[in-house]
Amino acid sequence: MRRYVLLRTASIVPALLGVSVAVFLLVRLIPGTVVDQMVGTEGSYSEESMRALRAFFGLDAPIHVQYVRWLGAVLRGDLGTSWRSGLPVVQMIVGRLEVTVELTLVAMLVALAVGVPLGMLSARRENTGLDHLVRLLSLFSLSVPVFWQASMLILAVSLWLNWAPAVDFVSLTRDPLRNLAIIALPGLALGTAVAAVFMRMTRSSVLEVMRQDYVRTARAKGVAEPGVLWRHALKNSLIPLITVAGVQMGYLLGGAVITEEVFTLPGVGRLLLWAVFQRDYPLVQGTILFISGLFMVSNLLVDLLYACVDPRIRYG
Amino acid sequence: MAEATRRRALRNALVLFGTGIIAAMVLLATFAGVVAPYDPTDMKVADALKRPSLAHPFGTDRFGRDVLSRTIHGSRIALGVALSSIGIALVVGTALGLLGGYRGGATDLVIGRAMDVLFSFPTLILAIGIAAMLGPGLDNAALAIAVVYAPQFSRVVRGPVIAERAKEYALAALGLGAGGFRVVFRHILPNVLAPLIVQASVSLAYAILTEAALSYLGLGTQPPAPSWGTMLNEGRTYLETAPWMSVFPGLAIMLAVLGFNLLGDGLRAALDPQLRGR
Repeated sequence: MRRYVLLRTASIVPALLGVSVAVFLLVRLIPGTVVDQMVGTEGSYSEESMRALRAFFGLDAPIHVQYVRWLGAVLRGDLGTSWRSGLPVVQMIVGRLEVTVELTLVAMLVALAVGVPLGMLSARRENTGLDHLVRLLSLFSLSVPVFWQASMLILAVSLWLNWAPAVDFVSLTRDPLRNLAIIALPGLALGTAVAAVFMRMTRSSVLEVMRQDYVRTARAKGVAEPGVLWRHALKNSLIPLITVAGVQMGYLLGGAVITEEVFTLPGVGRLLLWAVFQRDYPLVQGTILFISGLFMVSNLLVDLLYACVDPRIRYG
Repeated sequence: MAEATRRRALRNALVLFGTGIIAAMVLLATFAGVVAPYDPTDMKVADALKRPSLAHPFGTDRFGRDVLSRTIHGSRIALGVALSSIGIALVVGTALGLLGGYRGGATDLVIGRAMDVLFSFPTLILAIGIAAMLGPGLDNAALAIAVVYAPQFSRVVRGPVIAERAKEYALAALGLGAGGFRVVFRHILPNVLAPLIVQASVSLAYAILTEAALSYLGLGTQPPAPSWGTMLNEGRTYLETAPWMSVFPGLAIMLAVLGFNLLGDGLRAALDPQLRGR
């Protein structure tokens, strides 16, 4: 087990390096340099001052030197300084991390709480009207853009409950009740989209397990049907769900950007959008690197959890 | 037996429904200029924010533009971006997958690692990053979507190519003097077409969603072009006073994506021997 944990954890290093190269090159993809972009709209600059600006941003060195310098700083926890706010990028991200993490976790909880029971129900009533209805609903849910679903939710609660989503975010530690009232609707909007994926996975997984020999043995032994389902089938059919949950973290983190925008939540996603429109490249680079790192670490945790639950992985 | 037949009939009905949606969308996109009652960019400020009526079945937006006409013309942008971006992703991704799978060794390793890096980003975040760097616009959004989805085609193709290249027919073709290029394209590619077609259908659904998301965020299609995502963005401010500005473009996205999802599900069931008969 320890060997697996070490190997899997080490495998994240080359992937992270690859991502760092991609994020670094992303900013170099812009036509011209960032300095040309910056001064382009702000009058004419002499060649001298352009050179000074390039030197200031470290753009005068060969590209591999630039990358090594940048990576060195990143490894020391320095993602650079925001051009617009003058604040360290890390500080700006950490200040908004709570919102994104909370939103993503609430959405994941909603997805599990809705998707897994519906998937089980659908599998237990295979090929009945209820099964068809649940599957059709999940197909619709997979086809709805998350931002539209969020808008329709806002519209529904404002029309029927006469309630408008709060504008100011309140931290969970400061006022848990108000915080939950603010995060519930965005979490619901983001989570239901993923619930459909969990529902489909649970359904096919339960159906698969129910056809296994050990389930037939349990039935033959005289175990009552609820016992077969809860004691034997459910545990094993939930294993593939862990992998799906890991993959869906990527969807949730991407969806969080849009959900934060619709509900004007001050999270890392909105920070990324702000940086994009301000052409604040260090901040764009920093937020993308950070969100992708978060995605990879959550995938790592999911894999390790998988190894805990399924002993076959460790010895495989 | 009767149950299996019933199941197949239901699945066929759903696939037919999906195909119907896509066919309707293609027709609307092709004949948008004839079908749409108004010019999608024609502003009549006197008619601004009119609720749905006989003259304007989907209402009007803040500039008095007809929402129905804009929604119909929006199908052109959605289909155009989806087809062009997934077309590029399909060609590039498949070529890389074929190359890596067939050549193996260092080529496979380099291509595989590059694809892994692209997989390490949440898709929307990568699309936002690329679109942001290229600058907002329809073509750049399509390019960003192509980059994001190309690795999926590469991955779908690579595995089967490795399996196929060791089979007797491929070895026989090589033995008969066919070059590697000919073996890959004439002999191996037709054998990995089924998973590619399924992947293309599902990816088209995601491409429509991604284009809408990028346009909604202001990084895709720019106003006044009637992209569904842009329309939803414009409708945000008027969500409570003119909800029709948001409701109809959103429904259009949902139907289009549903069409490709249903088709993808049906194709997978038809082409995957393991799922056949279930």
